[in-house]
Amino acid sequence: MTAELVHGENRPLPHTRLEIRISAGGPLAAALLLTDGTGRATGPDHVVRHGAPAMPGAPAPGPPAAAHRLPLDLAALPPGVERVCLALALPAGAGPFGAVAAPHTAVHAPDGDPAVSFTLTGLTVETAVIALEFYRRAGAWRVRAVGQGYAGGVEALLHDHGVADATALAGAITGLPGRPGEGGPAAARGGAAGEGAMAGPAAAASRPADPRRTASGGAGSGSTASASTASGSTVSGSSAAGDPRGAPADPGASPGDPRVTAPRPAPAGPSTSPSAGPPQPSPTGPPPPVAGDAPGLTLDERLYNQVWGVFEDAARSASAYRSAVDFADSRQERELEALLADPSARFGPAAESARREIRARRDDLERRACEVLERDSRQLLAEALVVEEAMPAPMARWESPAWAHWRPPRESPYAVRLGDLQLPEHPGLRIPMLLRLPLARGLWVDAGASPEYGPPAADGPADQDALRAAAGTVAVAVALRLLACHPPGGLRLHAVDPQGDAGSAVGPLARAGLLAGPPASDLASVTALLESLVNRVDLLRMALAGGAADALPPQLDPADRLLLVQDFPYGFDDRAVARLRYLAEEGPGVGVHLLLVADRAEAREHGPVLDPFWRGLTRLAPVPQAYLADPWVEHLWTYTPPVPEPGNTVLTDLLRRFG
Amino acid sequence: MSVNLAKGQSVSLQKSSGESLAVVRMGLGWKAAPRRGLFGTRTREVDLDASAVLYADKTPADVVFFQHLVSNDGSVRHTGDNLVGGTGAGGDDESIVVDLPRVPVHITQIVFTVSSYTGQTFQQVENAHCRLVDESNGQELARYQLTGGGAHTGQIMAKVYRDGSGGWQMAAIGAPAQARTFQDMLPAIAPHL
Repeated sequence: MTAELVHGENRPLPHTRLEIRISAGGPLAAALLLTDGTGRATGPDHVVRHGAPAMPGAPAPGPPAAAHRLPLDLAALPPGVERVCLALALPAGAGPFGAVAAPHTAVHAPDGDPAVSFTLTGLTVETAVIALEFYRRAGAWRVRAVGQGYAGGVEALLHDHGVADATALAGAITGLPGRPGEGGPAAARGGAAGEGAMAGPAAAASRPADPRRTASGGAGSGSTASASTASGSTVSGSSAAGDPRGAPADPGASPGDPRVTAPRPAPAGPSTSPSAGPPQPSPTGPPPPVAGDAPGLTLDERLYNQVWGVFEDAARSASAYRSAVDFADSRQERELEALLADPSARFGPAAESARREIRARRDDLERRACEVLERDSRQLLAEALVVEEAMPAPMARWESPAWAHWRPPRESPYAVRLGDLQLPEHPGLRIPMLLRLPLARGLWVDAGASPEYGPPAADGPADQDALRAAAGTVAVAVALRLLACHPPGGLRLHAVDPQGDAGSAVGPLARAGLLAGPPASDLASVTALLESLVNRVDLLRMALAGGAADALPPQLDPADRLLLVQDFPYGFDDRAVARLRYLAEEGPGVGVHLLLVADRAEAREHGPVLDPFWRGLTRLAPVPQAYLADPWVEHLWTYTPPVPEPGNTVLTDLLRRFG
Repeated sequence: MSVNLAKGQSVSLQKSSGESLAVVRMGLGWKAAPRRGLFGTRTREVDLDASAVLYADKTPADVVFFQHLVSNDGSVRHTGDNLVGGTGAGGDDESIVVDLPRVPVHITQIVFTVSSYTGQTFQQVENAHCRLVDESNGQELARYQLTGGGAHTGQIMAKVYRDGSGGWQMAAIGAPAQARTFQDMLPAIAPHL
């Protein structure tokens, strides 16, 4: 039941999680203004636009396009935000709203049902408009159809909402060369606008009420919107992953670039719009995936839960495929055996054709299983891409633009990503390995071959030195990620590095000045460092157990600790090992964490007493290796450590920023 | 439009609009027979367990029951064991949700059973039913009602199976069995495949 609103009309919203869908005849820029009760956007980051960092609850819209889908989570907005305005603007050179088809906006519930819609009619010379306003009244969110146009464009619109830097922001939104260094992107956007202008009249003539038109029209071959979007990005998924994501201002080279448009319906190109024809019945396939489509109190928690959902479905879908193929094989074997059991039917043309039939039956089952697997894979990949794009930095890949915008958090995030998991059945699908914060166990970056965990991937380095160097890189990346998960000064780094050579993870961190003290390099300093950490753990545990946290000495630094131990057990005697084991067991509860770089084989002289210690740590392989089982069907997943692609400077940038 | 099935009868599962079904829920319910006399109020709960066995041709491939609530492929989910069923007024006591498009291609039928782990017999059960509901709109597609119980502890209720044309059908079975768990019931199921 969609209610079509008229100018000024308002309605209560049944949900706080919404999806705004916008469709227009040509490309439109969309932005969300998060404002206080008086309608003033409190800072430039409160203007959520393409290329800008997402705000909690309000991910950044895509580049100018004929159709947008903006997820909005009113409950997750930053505190102080009382109103959200949806601003639409025509890109530079597209003329005023009077010259294009009236844009249509609709607010959908999370399950895809439209709640209200509003068509922006009656606009003439305006090039920017406030379409909808979401506002809080007596604790409940409502939506109002505004339709307030601005002949002065986005700049006037932003100025009206108290944005200080209106000119530059307006340029960033519409693609006008407003800031130096944006000439390239602006030119690219101009190209997109030109294409849109061509598509405009045709699309305008047949603009149906269904905001999903562009999706179904673009799909062409009759497959569903999400499937076509997904398959479009299946091919490009790996290339997009392989290519370091550009600066935030980079809008992508073309409107079809999957990097920017993958999760959203492709904008109507000139070739598809005219053939879209009359409104098509809504596709019967699954609705396109939406980021944060899972339970949780915050967007981060929802994304975390959604990742688990994708993870489980991927594991189960692969299980369905494997069991179908196993069954096909065993049935073929059984039937061939039955054929052989009868001597009279063993030879001759009849036997030959029976054998062919049996094989054909097997192949048919495998083919159908494969089709289902590919369908699942496409759907999961599409969802994973949407989720990937919405991830905050600690949960994102190093290549994500979220890292380019990274700022120290005020509080610890929900989870941290320490690598990716992959299954051969789902090529291209990378499940983020997310660990809840604070970490419950110590981390161990394996610097050895560790045959007990299975063979490493075939293309990994074989020799010991290469493995150790790879482990060092992983440890630096993990340490930086953990530092980035804490407010400034919230995590202090200590290090044990008895050899202090080139492959060590401690070197780069020490050079950047990130260590709380010089790395402990001999038995005496190792013992002293461990002693101080053990004392800290004892003190904090006592305070915690006694419920006397306020009785702690005031000079006690509240920051968490991360102890990086390079080449364990060098430099350790039995006593030091015992202290380390104590830290591994009791430290995580009071914010003292462990990051070990070690080859388990080298600790063998300490005997089997260390086995529980190793088991108690989360092992991170230094090179891709299949050794992690999922909790549902226990497939072995290939773990890839969280190391940036070659050429990506995010780690050196972070080292500099922390230093 | 619900279809009331008689024992042995089957029905093709389709939405009234002719679209193919996606998610269906098999609801199984039972009602304890009334007791009379002194101490008649003493516990009347009947702890029956619903299970679903997934068959590839005639080979059991997976099973969903109170200790394995989700089939490995994720297509069949048990909503959880209900220890004190039978007190309701005819609602479902346990439910098993089937995501039909997700059922692996080699699975040809899913058999739904009810058994008593504690050894209570169906004499203590007045009514038992199973009904198939379209989860997308809550509409009941088919229902099979058993009347009167014997001294058996297990009951094969119904099966949902693929027809030749890629659709699904439901058939009421209603065969008794002596069983505490689904394993004991496998030989009794075999003739109904």
